[in-house]
Amino acid sequence: MNSWIEALVALFLLAGSLFALIGAIGLYRLPDFFMRLHAPTKSTTLGVGGMVIASLIYFSSRGDGLSLHELLITLFLFITAPVSAHMLAKAALQQKVRLSDKTHGRPWEQ
Amino acid sequence: MKARRWFPQPLLSLSLLVVWMLLANDFSLGQCLLGALLGWVIPLVTEVFWINPPRVDKPFKLCLFFLRVLGDIVVANLEVARLILNPKAEMRPAFVEIPIELEDELALTMLASIISLTPGTVTADMSDDRKTLLVHALDVADEARLIRDIKTRYEAPLLEVFACSTT
Repeated sequence: MNSWIEALVALFLLAGSLFALIGAIGLYRLPDFFMRLHAPTKSTTLGVGGMVIASLIYFSSRGDGLSLHELLITLFLFITAPVSAHMLAKAALQQKVRLSDKTHGRPWEQ
Repeated sequence: MKARRWFPQPLLSLSLLVVWMLLANDFSLGQCLLGALLGWVIPLVTEVFWINPPRVDKPFKLCLFFLRVLGDIVVANLEVARLILNPKAEMRPAFVEIPIELEDELALTMLASIISLTPGTVTADMSDDRKTLLVHALDVADEARLIRDIKTRYEAPLLEVFACSTT
């Protein structure tokens, strides 16, 4: 395999893992539940996206023809990730979890 | 129209074909024909289950819109990464209520999902009358601007794509 293709694959893998790592750091650092909810949506978009692109390039360049079925991972993640985030947020609203003092606005009651 | 009867949902047929080709990971004529057959039969068989079949008026515009959303996701990701990694970053989290005009169920789901997918904003709830979305944002400098951004960047194109779908 071409060495510059290898470099490209490594680059995308590193970028993907970096964003997954930042998501994890966010999960640790952010102060309240709703803010922590933002971290997982990050790692599922760019984190997995980067790794999927790396896999796509790697398997397509091995000479067995184009390999695109990794794209489906992204597709299904994009469909399911917002649903789980929404369910978590809804449960948190129901439980009235503690909010960071700096939060502007309050969730409604209904 | 006759074409409507044989192809009740052309876009669903097309996406089924694409998903089939990707699942098979094989772009030969045989798989293409099989995918086309599935894309034709499945919408016909499941037609009775759709209560309000979504009507997409401008499929091409929808594709362009998806590309733009992908770009926005990358930009917003970098923005949130900066917020998380910068220890001195001052975050201004907020709950924002966004009035919406969309009525089509699929379009509403898409808008809520897009808001959740762009890092920095999560759709927390929808009001019972489906007129307002409750959005939690990580860092809001100006609430009016966030509302305007979401309405012009995401809601307006969706309204256009699903123009005739409100019944």
